[in-house]
Amino acid sequence: MADKVVDARGLQCPMPVIKVAQGINEITSGQTLEVIATDNGALSDIPAWSKDMGHSLKEQFSQEGEHHFIIEKS
Amino acid sequence: MRMFAYVYMSTSEETVMTTTDLEDAVAAAGEAAAENTVPQKEKMVLIAASGDLDKAWPVMILATTGAAYGMDVTVFFTFWGLGILKRPDAGITGDDWRQKMMSVFKKGSPDGLQLSTMNFGGIGAKLMKDLADDKKVASVQELLELAQGMGVKLWPCQMTMDLMGLTIDDMIPGLDQPAGAGSAISLMKEASISLFI
Repeated sequence: MADKVVDARGLQCPMPVIKVAQGINEITSGQTLEVIATDNGALSDIPAWSKDMGHSLKEQFSQEGEHHFIIEKS
Repeated sequence: MRMFAYVYMSTSEETVMTTTDLEDAVAAAGEAAAENTVPQKEKMVLIAASGDLDKAWPVMILATTGAAYGMDVTVFFTFWGLGILKRPDAGITGDDWRQKMMSVFKKGSPDGLQLSTMNFGGIGAKLMKDLADDKKVASVQELLELAQGMGVKLWPCQMTMDLMGLTIDDMIPGLDQPAGAGSAISLMKEASISLFI
């Protein structure tokens, strides 16, 4: 279970990335953030953001049109 | 730490070094350490030169995303791009009849922008905004407010404001001081991303 969940379902570019950036500011190093998005652009945008910001994407899966990302804050 | 050790060794070997020299060296080492601990944020500069909805939108999307990337983002609004920042109730602006005429035909405001093609006297822009609303795409107005909340700097171009007879009171609140091309170049020289949109 992630330390914080960000619900970005229904939101379009660039909002999922912005919500993730806001969410990561509310957790501390080593904690995890789960993001749920329906925007297909998030499939590439969120992993790219995590990599560039130095956070690690622990898990990523899609089910029933919803994309889940679990990011550990660096 | 290495720096301090070096200072200590050199004083023990070279007795000519005075206390003042040592203090200066320690101060320099301290400053160097302070510089290392505060990483300089990467900079992004966007030049918003168009007041078209289809240009203002990507400007604000990139500005907010840059801020989400932890970058120090500045958007410089010039020529018709200034229209994005005009207050919806600014009315007829300027003193000169030509300025007044321009303000009638080019109203601007974050919510009043028009499409560059397929506008059909405003119907196209209305359809596009309704569509964006249905698809939950954030509007220019929403992105602008979001950008301000994320610390994006919004610079109106001083020269264009003077040319069009606009004052800071004709603009939406929360803008930075009007600036010129020199300030924009100075920022772009250091920026890792600079775009003219």
